[in-house]
Amino acid sequence: MSPHISFRGVTKRFPVKGTEFTAVDGIDLDVARGEFLVLVGPSGCGKSTLLDLLGGLTSASEGEILLDDVPITGPGLDRGIVFQQYALLPWRTAQGNVEFGLEATGVPRRQRAERAREFLNLVGLTGFEDRHPHQLSGGMRQRVAIARSLAYDPAVLLMDEPFAALDAQTRESLQDELVRIWQRTGKTIVFITHAIDEAVLLGQRVAVLTSRPGRVKEVVPIDLGDRRGTGDPRSSPEFARYRHRIWDLLHDEVTRAQQLEKEVVGR
Amino acid sequence: MTALLEARPATRTTPVAIRPQRTRRALDALLTGVGKSVAIVALLVVWEAAPRLGLVDATFLPSFSTVLGAWWDLLVSGQLLENTQASLARSLAGFGLAVAGAVPLGLLIGWYKPVATVLGPLLEVFRNTAALALLPVFVLLLGIGETSKIAIVFYACTWPILLNTISAVGGVDPTLLRLAKSMNLGGFRLFQKVILPAAVPTVFTGIRLAGAVSILVLVAAEMIGAKAGLGYLINASQYNFAIPQMYAGIITISAIGVLFNQVLVSVERRFTSWRVPVGA
Ligand SMILES: Nc1ncnc2c1ncn2[C@@H]1O[C@H](COP(=O)(O)OP(=O)(O)OP(=O)(O)O)[C@@H](O)[C@H]1O
Ligand SMILES: [Mg+2]
Repeated sequence: MSPHISFRGVTKRFPVKGTEFTAVDGIDLDVARGEFLVLVGPSGCGKSTLLDLLGGLTSASEGEILLDDVPITGPGLDRGIVFQQYALLPWRTAQGNVEFGLEATGVPRRQRAERAREFLNLVGLTGFEDRHPHQLSGGMRQRVAIARSLAYDPAVLLMDEPFAALDAQTRESLQDELVRIWQRTGKTIVFITHAIDEAVLLGQRVAVLTSRPGRVKEVVPIDLGDRRGTGDPRSSPEFARYRHRIWDLLHDEVTRAQQLEKEVVGR
Repeated sequence: MTALLEARPATRTTPVAIRPQRTRRALDALLTGVGKSVAIVALLVVWEAAPRLGLVDATFLPSFSTVLGAWWDLLVSGQLLENTQASLARSLAGFGLAVAGAVPLGLLIGWYKPVATVLGPLLEVFRNTAALALLPVFVLLLGIGETSKIAIVFYACTWPILLNTISAVGGVDPTLLRLAKSMNLGGFRLFQKVILPAAVPTVFTGIRLAGAVSILVLVAAEMIGAKAGLGYLINASQYNFAIPQMYAGIITISAIGVLFNQVLVSVERRFTSWRVPVGA
Protein backbone atom coordinates (compact mmCIF):
# COMPACT_ATOMS: atom_id res chain seq x y z
CA MET A 1 0.00 0.00 0.00
CA SER A 2 1.33 3.42 -0.90
CA PRO A 3 1.97 5.84 1.95
CA HIS A 4 -0.66 8.39 2.87
CA ILE A 5 1.82 11.25 2.91
CA SER A 6 5.16 11.21 1.17
CA PHE A 7 7.86 13.88 1.41
CA ARG A 8 10.21 13.60 -1.56
CA GLY A 9 13.40 15.63 -1.39
CA VAL A 10 11.55 18.59 0.08
CA THR A 11 13.67 21.71 0.39
CA LYS A 12 12.45 25.13 1.44
CA ARG A 13 14.49 28.31 1.11
CA PHE A 14 13.48 31.77 2.23
CA PRO A 15 14.90 34.90 0.62
CA VAL A 16 16.66 36.86 3.33
CA LYS A 17 18.47 40.16 2.67
CA GLY A 18 19.41 39.38 -0.90
CA THR A 19 20.64 35.85 -0.15
CA GLU A 20 18.73 32.66 0.51
CA PHE A 21 18.22 30.89 3.78
CA THR A 22 17.65 27.14 3.73
CA ALA A 23 15.11 26.23 6.39
CA VAL A 24 14.62 22.55 5.53
CA ASP A 25 16.82 20.54 3.24
CA GLY A 26 16.05 17.38 1.29
CA ILE A 27 13.42 15.84 3.53
CA ASP A 28 12.42 12.28 2.60
CA LEU A 29 9.74 10.82 4.82
CA ASP A 30 6.70 8.59 4.43
CA VAL A 31 3.67 8.56 6.70
CA ALA A 32 1.30 5.60 6.57
CA ARG A 33 -2.47 5.93 6.61
CA GLY A 34 -3.73 6.22 10.15
CA GLU A 35 -0.24 6.65 11.56
CA PHE A 36 0.65 8.96 14.43
CA LEU A 37 3.94 10.57 13.46
CA VAL A 38 5.77 13.00 15.71
CA LEU A 39 8.40 15.47 14.54
CA VAL A 40 10.92 16.70 17.10
CA GLY A 41 13.85 18.98 16.59
CA PRO A 42 15.65 21.96 18.08
CA SER A 43 14.06 25.38 17.84
CA GLY A 44 14.29 26.92 14.41
CA CYS A 45 15.05 23.67 12.59
CA GLY A 46 12.08 24.07 10.29
CA LYS A 47 9.32 22.06 11.95
CA SER A 48 6.66 24.69 11.43
CA THR A 49 7.91 25.20 7.90
CA LEU A 50 7.35 21.52 7.18
CA LEU A 51 3.84 21.72 8.55
CA ASP A 52 3.08 24.82 6.49
CA LEU A 53 4.26 22.96 3.41
CA LEU A 54 2.06 20.01 4.30
CA GLY A 55 -0.87 22.32 4.93
CA GLY A 56 -0.31 23.99 1.57
CA LEU A 57 0.24 27.40 3.17
CA THR A 58 3.61 27.69 1.43
CA SER A 59 5.18 25.82 -1.46
CA ALA A 60 8.45 23.90 -1.57
CA SER A 61 11.51 25.29 -3.33
CA GLU A 62 12.49 21.81 -4.41
CA GLY A 63 10.89 18.40 -4.22
CA GLU A 64 7.27 17.64 -3.57
CA ILE A 65 4.86 16.34 -1.00
CA LEU A 66 2.38 13.70 -2.12
CA LEU A 67 -0.92 13.19 -0.41
CA ASP A 68 -2.55 9.99 -1.65
CA ASP A 69 -0.06 10.08 -4.54
CA VAL A 70 -1.17 13.57 -5.60
CA PRO A 71 1.27 16.49 -5.14
CA ILE A 72 0.06 19.13 -2.70
CA THR A 73 -0.38 22.48 -4.43
CA GLY A 74 -2.39 24.44 -1.89
CA PRO A 75 -4.50 24.29 1.22
CA GLY A 76 -7.42 21.92 1.37
CA LEU A 77 -10.06 20.61 3.72
CA ASP A 78 -8.54 17.12 3.52
CA ARG A 79 -6.02 18.48 6.05
CA GLY A 80 -6.92 20.13 9.34
CA ILE A 81 -4.42 22.30 11.19
CA VAL A 82 -4.37 22.80 14.95
CA PHE A 83 -2.30 25.88 15.71
CA GLN A 84 -0.27 26.50 18.84
CA GLN A 85 -2.07 29.81 19.42
CA TYR A 86 -5.49 28.12 19.17
CA ALA A 87 -6.61 30.53 16.44
CA LEU A 88 -10.17 30.71 17.73
CA LEU A 89 -12.49 33.43 16.49
CA PRO A 90 -13.01 35.49 19.66
CA TRP A 91 -16.45 36.75 18.57
CA ARG A 92 -17.82 33.25 18.21
CA THR A 93 -18.81 30.83 20.93
CA ALA A 94 -17.21 27.38 21.25
CA GLN A 95 -20.11 26.05 19.22
CA GLY A 96 -19.72 28.80 16.61
CA ASN A 97 -16.01 28.14 16.29
CA VAL A 98 -16.57 24.46 15.56
CA GLU A 99 -19.30 25.39 13.08
CA PHE A 100 -16.84 27.71 11.34
CA GLY A 101 -15.00 24.73 9.88
CA LEU A 102 -18.26 23.14 8.84
CA GLU A 103 -19.38 26.31 7.06
CA ALA A 104 -16.20 26.16 5.00
CA THR A 105 -17.01 22.61 3.89
CA GLY A 106 -20.58 23.49 3.03
CA VAL A 107 -22.34 21.29 5.56
CA PRO A 108 -26.04 22.28 5.62
CA ARG A 109 -26.97 24.64 8.45
CA ARG A 110 -29.22 22.20 10.26
CA GLN A 111 -26.52 19.52 10.47
CA ARG A 112 -23.83 21.97 11.55
CA ALA A 113 -25.20 22.59 15.01
CA GLU A 114 -25.61 18.91 15.65
CA ARG A 115 -22.16 17.98 14.34
CA ALA A 116 -20.55 20.77 16.37
CA ARG A 117 -22.21 19.57 19.57
CA GLU A 118 -21.16 16.03 18.83
CA PHE A 119 -17.51 16.99 18.44
CA LEU A 120 -17.49 19.28 21.43
CA ASN A 121 -18.77 16.30 23.33
CA LEU A 122 -15.93 14.20 21.89
CA VAL A 123 -13.36 16.58 23.39
CA GLY A 124 -15.26 16.74 26.68
CA LEU A 125 -16.76 20.21 26.37
CA THR A 126 -20.45 19.45 26.68
CA GLY A 127 -22.03 22.30 28.62
CA PHE A 128 -19.53 24.88 27.35
CA GLU A 129 -21.04 25.35 23.89
CA ASP A 130 -22.16 28.92 24.54
CA ARG A 131 -18.93 30.19 26.07
CA HIS A 132 -16.75 32.62 24.20
CA PRO A 133 -13.01 31.88 23.99
CA HIS A 134 -12.13 34.43 26.68
CA GLN A 135 -14.41 32.56 29.07
CA LEU A 136 -12.52 29.29 28.55
CA SER A 137 -9.22 28.08 29.97
CA GLY A 138 -6.22 27.49 27.71
CA GLY A 139 -6.82 23.75 27.70
CA MET A 140 -10.48 24.21 26.83
CA ARG A 141 -9.59 26.57 24.01
CA GLN A 142 -7.27 24.03 22.49
CA ARG A 143 -9.99 21.39 22.83
CA VAL A 144 -12.32 23.64 20.86
CA ALA A 145 -9.64 24.04 18.20
CA ILE A 146 -9.19 20.27 18.05
CA ALA A 147 -12.94 19.74 17.82
CA ARG A 148 -13.09 22.29 15.01
CA SER A 149 -10.40 20.48 13.03
CA LEU A 150 -11.98 17.09 13.58
CA ALA A 151 -15.54 18.18 12.82
CA TYR A 152 -15.03 18.75 9.12
CA ASP A 153 -13.48 15.32 8.92
CA PRO A 154 -10.07 15.84 7.29
CA ALA A 155 -8.07 12.71 6.53
CA VAL A 156 -4.95 14.24 8.09
CA LEU A 157 -4.58 16.24 11.28
CA LEU A 158 -1.58 18.59 11.47
CA MET A 159 -0.68 19.79 14.93
CA ASP A 160 2.04 22.38 15.62
CA GLU A 161 3.01 22.27 19.30
CA PRO A 162 -0.66 22.38 20.27
CA PHE A 163 -0.02 21.75 23.96
CA ALA A 164 3.11 23.86 24.43
CA ALA A 165 1.32 26.73 26.17
CA LEU A 166 -0.51 24.54 28.67
CA ASP A 167 0.37 23.58 32.22
CA ALA A 168 1.66 20.06 32.90
CA GLN A 169 -1.58 18.54 34.18
CA THR A 170 -3.72 19.93 31.40
CA ARG A 171 -1.14 18.84 28.87
CA GLU A 172 -1.13 15.26 30.16
CA SER A 173 -4.88 14.97 30.10
CA LEU A 174 -5.06 16.39 26.59
CA GLN A 175 -2.33 14.00 25.45
CA ASP A 176 -4.32 11.04 26.73
CA GLU A 177 -7.43 12.42 25.12
CA LEU A 178 -5.70 12.90 21.79
CA VAL A 179 -4.53 9.29 21.77
CA ARG A 180 -8.09 8.21 22.53
CA ILE A 181 -9.50 10.38 19.73
CA TRP A 182 -6.85 9.14 17.31
CA GLN A 183 -7.73 5.53 18.12
CA ARG A 184 -11.42 6.25 17.66
CA THR A 185 -11.23 8.24 14.46
CA GLY A 186 -8.29 6.56 12.72
CA LYS A 187 -6.91 9.87 11.42
CA THR A 188 -3.36 10.24 10.18
CA ILE A 189 -1.71 12.68 12.59
CA VAL A 190 1.48 14.66 12.10
CA PHE A 191 2.37 16.20 15.43
CA ILE A 192 5.15 18.67 16.18
CA THR A 193 6.66 19.09 19.59
CA HIS A 194 9.68 20.27 21.52
CA ALA A 195 8.98 17.91 24.39
CA ILE A 196 10.61 14.50 24.32
CA ASP A 197 8.10 12.97 26.74
CA GLU A 198 5.27 14.08 24.56
CA ALA A 199 6.94 12.66 21.46
CA VAL A 200 7.49 9.23 23.03
CA LEU A 201 4.04 9.08 24.53
CA LEU A 202 2.11 10.04 21.41
CA GLY A 203 4.14 8.87 18.45
CA GLN A 204 4.14 5.51 16.76
CA ARG A 205 7.26 6.84 15.14
CA VAL A 206 9.31 9.87 16.11
CA ALA A 207 11.26 11.67 13.42
CA VAL A 208 14.20 13.58 14.89
CA LEU A 209 15.31 16.55 12.80
CA THR A 210 18.75 18.11 12.69
CA SER A 211 19.30 21.76 13.53
CA ARG A 212 19.50 24.28 10.71
CA PRO A 213 18.96 23.36 8.00
CA GLY A 214 16.40 20.77 9.01
CA ARG A 215 17.06 17.26 7.77
CA VAL A 216 15.72 13.95 9.04
CA LYS A 217 18.39 12.64 11.40
CA GLU A 218 16.68 9.46 12.41
CA VAL A 219 13.21 7.97 12.64
CA VAL A 220 12.64 6.07 15.89
CA PRO A 221 9.78 3.58 16.00
CA ILE A 222 8.09 3.52 19.39
CA ASP A 223 6.43 0.47 20.87
CA LEU A 224 4.98 0.91 24.30
CA GLY A 225 2.71 -2.12 24.07
CA ASP A 226 -1.04 -1.78 24.25
CA ARG A 227 -1.81 1.88 24.83
CA ARG A 228 -5.32 1.13 25.98
CA GLY A 229 -3.93 -0.75 28.93
CA THR A 230 -4.30 0.65 32.39
CA GLY A 231 -1.45 2.32 34.22
CA ASP A 232 0.55 5.33 33.19
CA PRO A 233 2.84 4.49 30.25
CA ARG A 234 5.01 7.43 31.27
CA SER A 235 6.40 5.44 34.18
CA SER A 236 7.34 2.24 32.30
CA PRO A 237 11.00 1.30 31.76
CA GLU A 238 10.56 1.21 27.94
CA PHE A 239 9.33 4.76 28.08
CA ALA A 240 12.50 5.82 29.87
CA ARG A 241 14.61 3.99 27.30
CA TYR A 242 12.95 5.68 24.33
CA ARG A 243 13.12 8.94 26.13
CA HIS A 244 16.84 8.60 26.61
CA ARG A 245 17.40 7.51 23.01
CA ILE A 246 15.68 10.58 21.60
CA TRP A 247 17.33 12.82 24.16
CA ASP A 248 20.72 11.58 22.91
CA LEU A 249 19.79 12.25 19.30
CA LEU A 250 18.51 15.71 20.10
CA HIS A 251 21.25 16.72 22.46
CA ASP A 252 23.95 17.04 19.78
CA GLU A 253 21.57 19.00 17.60
CA VAL A 254 20.62 21.43 20.32
CA THR A 255 24.29 22.08 21.08
CA ARG A 256 24.94 22.61 17.39
CA ALA A 257 21.96 24.94 17.10
CA GLN A 258 23.27 27.04 19.97
CA GLN A 259 26.69 27.14 18.34
CA LEU A 260 25.10 28.36 15.11
CA GLU A 261 23.16 31.03 16.94
CA LYS A 262 26.31 32.30 18.63
CA GLU A 263 28.05 32.51 15.27
CA VAL A 264 25.18 34.54 13.85
CA VAL A 265 25.23 36.91 16.80
CA GLY A 266 29.02 37.21 16.70
CA ARG A 267 29.02 38.18 13.06
CA MET B 1 -19.58 41.57 33.33
CA THR B 2 -17.51 40.15 36.13
CA ALA B 3 -20.32 40.60 38.57
CA LEU B 4 -22.62 38.63 36.28
CA LEU B 5 -20.16 35.79 35.91
CA GLU B 6 -19.52 35.56 39.59
CA ALA B 7 -23.17 35.71 40.39
CA ARG B 8 -24.09 32.78 38.19
CA PRO B 9 -23.14 29.91 40.54
CA ALA B 10 -24.98 31.61 43.37
CA THR B 11 -28.28 31.53 41.52
CA ARG B 12 -28.05 27.77 41.37
CA THR B 13 -27.76 27.38 45.13
CA THR B 14 -30.49 27.90 47.69
CA PRO B 15 -32.78 30.94 47.42
CA VAL B 16 -31.48 32.20 50.75
CA ALA B 17 -28.10 32.83 49.19
CA ILE B 18 -29.61 35.01 46.49
CA ARG B 19 -30.93 37.77 48.69
CA PRO B 20 -27.67 39.04 50.20
CA GLN B 21 -26.09 38.75 46.73
CA ARG B 22 -28.80 40.91 45.22
CA THR B 23 -28.70 43.52 47.96
CA ARG B 24 -24.97 43.66 47.62
CA ARG B 25 -25.20 44.16 43.89
CA ALA B 26 -27.73 46.96 44.32
CA LEU B 27 -25.49 48.55 46.91
CA ASP B 28 -22.50 48.22 44.59
CA ALA B 29 -24.43 49.89 41.78
CA LEU B 30 -25.48 52.68 44.09
CA LEU B 31 -21.93 53.23 45.27
CA THR B 32 -20.59 53.34 41.71
CA GLY B 33 -23.36 55.79 40.85
CA VAL B 34 -22.39 58.03 43.75
CA GLY B 35 -18.71 57.68 42.92
CA LYS B 36 -19.29 58.65 39.32
CA SER B 37 -21.41 61.72 40.07
CA VAL B 38 -19.39 63.09 42.97
CA ALA B 39 -17.05 65.18 40.82
CA ILE B 40 -19.91 66.64 38.78
CA VAL B 41 -21.84 67.52 41.91
CA ALA B 42 -18.74 69.17 43.36
CA LEU B 43 -18.29 71.24 40.21
CA LEU B 44 -21.92 72.40 40.35
CA VAL B 45 -21.59 73.28 44.04
CA VAL B 46 -18.50 75.39 43.36
CA TRP B 47 -20.25 76.98 40.37
CA GLU B 48 -23.24 77.87 42.57
CA ALA B 49 -21.17 79.13 45.49
CA ALA B 50 -18.40 81.09 43.80
CA PRO B 51 -20.57 83.89 42.29
CA ARG B 52 -22.73 84.05 45.43
CA LEU B 53 -19.71 84.44 47.66
CA GLY B 54 -18.35 87.09 45.35
CA LEU B 55 -15.29 85.01 44.43
CA VAL B 56 -16.00 85.66 40.76
CA ASP B 57 -17.94 88.40 39.03
CA ALA B 58 -21.56 87.20 38.81
CA THR B 59 -22.01 89.16 35.58
CA PHE B 60 -19.51 86.98 33.75
CA LEU B 61 -20.20 83.77 35.61
CA PRO B 62 -23.74 83.72 36.93
CA SER B 63 -24.53 81.09 39.53
CA PHE B 64 -25.65 77.66 38.35
CA SER B 65 -29.23 78.24 39.52
CA THR B 66 -29.45 81.46 37.48
CA VAL B 67 -28.22 79.59 34.41
CA LEU B 68 -30.71 76.83 35.08
CA GLY B 69 -33.47 79.45 35.25
CA ALA B 70 -32.36 80.90 31.92
CA TRP B 71 -32.25 77.40 30.50
CA TRP B 72 -35.81 76.79 31.61
CA ASP B 73 -36.99 80.04 30.03
CA LEU B 74 -35.30 79.11 26.77
CA LEU B 75 -36.97 75.72 26.91
CA VAL B 76 -40.43 77.14 27.56
CA SER B 77 -40.10 79.75 24.83
CA GLY B 78 -39.22 76.99 22.36
CA GLN B 79 -35.93 78.63 21.39
CA LEU B 80 -33.84 75.88 22.89
CA LEU B 81 -35.70 73.15 21.06
CA GLU B 82 -35.50 74.97 17.78
CA ASN B 83 -31.77 75.55 18.01
CA THR B 84 -31.05 72.07 19.31
CA GLN B 85 -33.02 70.60 16.45
CA ALA B 86 -31.09 72.63 13.93
CA SER B 87 -27.77 71.53 15.42
CA LEU B 88 -28.69 67.88 15.79
CA ALA B 89 -30.01 67.67 12.26
CA ARG B 90 -26.74 69.02 10.90
CA SER B 91 -24.38 67.00 13.02
CA LEU B 92 -26.34 63.75 12.63
CA ALA B 93 -26.54 64.26 8.87
CA GLY B 94 -22.79 64.89 8.59
CA PHE B 95 -21.94 62.10 11.01
CA GLY B 96 -24.31 59.61 9.35
CA LEU B 97 -22.95 60.36 5.91
CA ALA B 98 -19.41 59.97 7.21
CA VAL B 99 -20.19 56.56 8.75
CA ALA B 100 -21.98 55.42 5.60
CA GLY B 101 -19.12 56.55 3.40
CA ALA B 102 -15.94 56.07 5.41
CA VAL B 103 -16.56 52.57 6.77
CA PRO B 104 -16.97 50.88 3.36
CA LEU B 105 -14.18 53.00 1.89
CA GLY B 106 -11.87 52.14 4.79
CA LEU B 107 -12.63 48.43 4.44
CA LEU B 108 -11.81 48.64 0.76
CA ILE B 109 -8.58 50.57 1.23
CA GLY B 110 -7.49 48.32 4.10
CA TRP B 111 -8.25 45.19 2.11
CA TYR B 112 -6.16 46.24 -0.88
CA LYS B 113 -2.75 46.70 0.74
CA PRO B 114 -1.17 48.56 -2.22
CA VAL B 115 -3.98 51.12 -2.14
CA ALA B 116 -3.39 51.65 1.59
CA THR B 117 0.33 52.19 0.97
CA VAL B 118 -0.29 54.71 -1.79
CA LEU B 119 -3.02 56.63 0.02
CA GLY B 120 -1.44 56.47 3.48
CA PRO B 121 0.63 59.71 3.33
CA LEU B 122 -2.27 61.60 1.75
CA LEU B 123 -4.64 60.49 4.49
CA GLU B 124 -2.08 61.50 7.07
CA VAL B 125 -1.94 65.02 5.63
CA PHE B 126 -5.72 65.39 5.60
CA ARG B 127 -6.08 64.02 9.08
CA ASN B 128 -3.60 66.49 10.45
CA THR B 129 -5.22 69.46 8.72
CA ALA B 130 -7.61 70.89 11.28
CA ALA B 131 -11.08 70.72 9.80
CA LEU B 132 -11.91 74.19 11.08
CA ALA B 133 -8.98 75.65 9.18
CA LEU B 134 -10.83 74.57 6.07
CA LEU B 135 -14.12 76.14 7.12
CA PRO B 136 -13.56 79.29 5.01
CA VAL B 137 -12.92 77.06 2.01
CA PHE B 138 -16.19 75.23 2.60
CA VAL B 139 -18.08 78.50 2.97
CA LEU B 140 -16.45 79.79 -0.20
CA LEU B 141 -17.42 76.73 -2.19
CA LEU B 142 -20.78 75.83 -0.67
CA GLY B 143 -22.06 79.10 0.72
CA ILE B 144 -23.15 79.86 4.23
CA GLY B 145 -26.22 77.59 4.34
CA GLU B 146 -26.84 74.06 5.56
CA THR B 147 -24.73 72.40 2.88
CA SER B 148 -21.45 73.84 4.02
CA LYS B 149 -22.17 72.98 7.68
CA ILE B 150 -23.14 69.40 6.98
CA ALA B 151 -20.17 69.15 4.64
CA ILE B 152 -17.66 70.29 7.24
CA VAL B 153 -19.06 67.86 9.83
CA PHE B 154 -18.95 65.11 7.24
CA TYR B 155 -15.38 66.01 6.38
CA ALA B 156 -14.20 66.13 10.00
CA CYS B 157 -15.96 62.87 10.91
CA THR B 158 -14.59 61.01 7.91
CA TRP B 159 -10.95 60.93 9.01
CA PRO B 160 -11.16 59.18 12.37
CA ILE B 161 -13.55 56.60 10.93
CA LEU B 162 -11.55 56.06 7.77
CA LEU B 163 -8.17 55.74 9.48
CA ASN B 164 -9.46 53.45 12.21
CA THR B 165 -11.23 51.23 9.70
CA ILE B 166 -8.11 50.93 7.56
CA SER B 167 -5.96 49.98 10.53
CA ALA B 168 -8.68 47.61 11.77
CA VAL B 169 -8.48 45.61 8.56
CA GLY B 170 -4.69 45.63 8.65
CA GLY B 171 -4.65 44.59 12.30
CA VAL B 172 -6.57 41.33 11.99
CA ASP B 173 -4.77 38.55 13.90
CA PRO B 174 -2.49 36.83 11.35
CA THR B 175 -3.17 33.38 12.88
CA LEU B 176 -6.83 33.83 12.04
CA LEU B 177 -5.86 34.62 8.47
CA ARG B 178 -3.69 31.50 8.38
CA LEU B 179 -6.58 29.48 9.76
CA ALA B 180 -8.89 30.82 7.07
CA LYS B 181 -6.29 30.11 4.42
CA SER B 182 -5.81 26.56 5.67
CA MET B 183 -9.55 26.06 5.24
CA ASN B 184 -9.44 27.42 1.71
CA LEU B 185 -11.55 30.36 2.74
CA GLY B 186 -10.90 33.29 0.46
CA GLY B 187 -12.35 36.36 -1.16
CA PHE B 188 -15.72 37.50 0.00
CA ARG B 189 -16.24 34.73 2.57
CA LEU B 190 -12.92 35.48 4.25
CA PHE B 191 -13.97 39.10 4.38
CA GLN B 192 -17.42 38.37 5.74
CA LYS B 193 -16.52 35.69 8.25
CA VAL B 194 -13.14 36.82 9.54
CA ILE B 195 -12.04 40.31 8.59
CA LEU B 196 -15.29 42.17 9.13
CA PRO B 197 -16.10 40.82 12.61
CA ALA B 198 -12.47 41.17 13.68
CA ALA B 199 -12.47 44.81 12.56
CA VAL B 200 -15.66 45.85 14.37
CA PRO B 201 -14.11 47.00 17.69
CA THR B 202 -11.51 49.25 16.07
CA VAL B 203 -14.05 50.64 13.63
CA PHE B 204 -16.25 51.56 16.57
CA THR B 205 -13.40 53.41 18.23
CA GLY B 206 -13.28 55.58 15.13
CA ILE B 207 -17.03 56.06 15.13
CA ARG B 208 -16.99 57.20 18.74
CA LEU B 209 -14.20 59.67 18.03
CA ALA B 210 -16.21 60.96 15.09
CA GLY B 211 -19.25 61.40 17.33
CA ALA B 212 -17.34 63.81 19.54
CA VAL B 213 -15.83 65.55 16.54
CA SER B 214 -19.23 66.05 14.91
CA ILE B 215 -20.47 68.21 17.78
CA LEU B 216 -17.20 70.04 18.27
CA VAL B 217 -16.87 71.10 14.66
CA LEU B 218 -20.52 71.92 14.20
CA VAL B 219 -20.68 74.31 17.14
CA ALA B 220 -17.64 76.15 15.89
CA ALA B 221 -19.11 76.34 12.40
CA GLU B 222 -22.39 77.67 13.76
CA MET B 223 -20.58 80.40 15.62
CA ILE B 224 -19.11 81.73 12.42
CA GLY B 225 -22.15 81.97 10.22
CA ALA B 226 -25.60 80.69 11.08
CA LYS B 227 -29.12 81.82 11.88
CA ALA B 228 -29.96 78.85 14.08
CA GLY B 229 -28.22 76.17 16.11
CA LEU B 230 -26.68 75.94 19.54
CA GLY B 231 -23.43 77.46 18.41
CA TYR B 232 -25.42 80.38 17.06
CA LEU B 233 -27.40 80.62 20.32
CA ILE B 234 -24.24 80.78 22.39
CA ASN B 235 -22.58 83.30 20.17
CA ALA B 236 -25.67 85.49 19.81
CA SER B 237 -26.28 85.43 23.58
CA GLN B 238 -22.75 86.57 24.23
CA TYR B 239 -23.15 89.29 21.61
CA ASN B 240 -26.34 90.51 23.28
CA PHE B 241 -24.80 90.19 26.69
CA ALA B 242 -27.37 87.57 27.71
CA ILE B 243 -24.77 85.74 29.78
CA PRO B 244 -27.01 83.21 31.58
CA GLN B 245 -28.48 82.19 28.19
CA MET B 246 -24.98 81.74 26.86
CA TYR B 247 -24.13 79.33 29.68
CA ALA B 248 -27.45 77.58 29.19
CA GLY B 249 -26.44 76.93 25.58
CA ILE B 250 -23.05 75.64 26.70
CA ILE B 251 -24.43 73.12 29.19
CA THR B 252 -26.93 71.93 26.60
CA ILE B 253 -24.07 71.17 24.26
CA SER B 254 -22.13 69.32 26.95
CA ALA B 255 -25.22 67.28 27.77
CA ILE B 256 -25.77 66.41 24.12
CA GLY B 257 -22.12 65.46 23.75
CA VAL B 258 -22.23 63.16 26.76
CA LEU B 259 -25.53 61.63 25.68
CA PHE B 260 -24.36 61.03 22.14
CA ASN B 261 -21.21 59.33 23.37
CA GLN B 262 -23.28 57.20 25.75
CA VAL B 263 -25.54 56.08 22.91
CA LEU B 264 -22.53 55.16 20.78
CA VAL B 265 -20.92 53.28 23.67
CA SER B 266 -24.03 51.18 24.23
CA VAL B 267 -24.33 50.42 20.51
CA GLU B 268 -20.66 49.41 20.57
CA ARG B 269 -21.28 47.14 23.56
CA ARG B 270 -24.05 45.36 21.72
CA PHE B 271 -21.83 44.68 18.76
CA THR B 272 -18.75 43.64 20.72
CA SER B 273 -20.20 41.80 23.70
CA TRP B 274 -17.79 38.93 22.97
CA ARG B 275 -14.77 41.03 23.92
CA VAL B 276 -12.77 40.41 27.04
CA PRO B 277 -14.30 42.74 29.60
CA VAL B 278 -11.84 45.52 30.34
CA GLY B 279 -10.34 45.31 33.82
CA ALA B 280 -11.54 41.74 34.38
N1 LIG C 1 8.89 33.61 6.18
C1 LIG C 1 10.15 33.40 6.54
N2 LIG C 1 11.14 34.18 6.03
C2 LIG C 1 12.42 33.96 6.37
N3 LIG C 1 12.83 33.01 7.22
C3 LIG C 1 11.91 32.21 7.76
C4 LIG C 1 10.51 32.36 7.47
N4 LIG C 1 9.82 31.43 8.14
C5 LIG C 1 10.73 30.74 8.85
N5 LIG C 1 11.98 31.19 8.62
C6 LIG C 1 13.21 30.66 9.18
O1 LIG C 1 13.23 29.28 8.95
C7 LIG C 1 13.72 28.59 10.07
C8 LIG C 1 12.74 27.52 10.49
O2 LIG C 1 11.57 28.16 11.02
P1 LIG C 1 10.42 27.31 11.69
O3 LIG C 1 9.41 28.27 12.18
O4 LIG C 1 9.97 26.28 10.74
O5 LIG C 1 11.19 26.64 12.91
P2 LIG C 1 10.60 25.67 14.03
O6 LIG C 1 11.36 24.41 13.95
O7 LIG C 1 9.14 25.59 13.92
O8 LIG C 1 11.02 26.44 15.33
P3 LIG C 1 10.29 26.49 16.74
O9 LIG C 1 10.52 25.18 17.36
O10 LIG C 1 11.00 27.58 17.47
O11 LIG C 1 8.85 26.79 16.48
C9 LIG C 1 13.98 29.62 11.16
O12 LIG C 1 15.35 29.84 11.26
C10 LIG C 1 13.28 30.85 10.67
O13 LIG C 1 14.01 31.99 11.01
MG1 LIG D 1 7.47 26.28 15.15
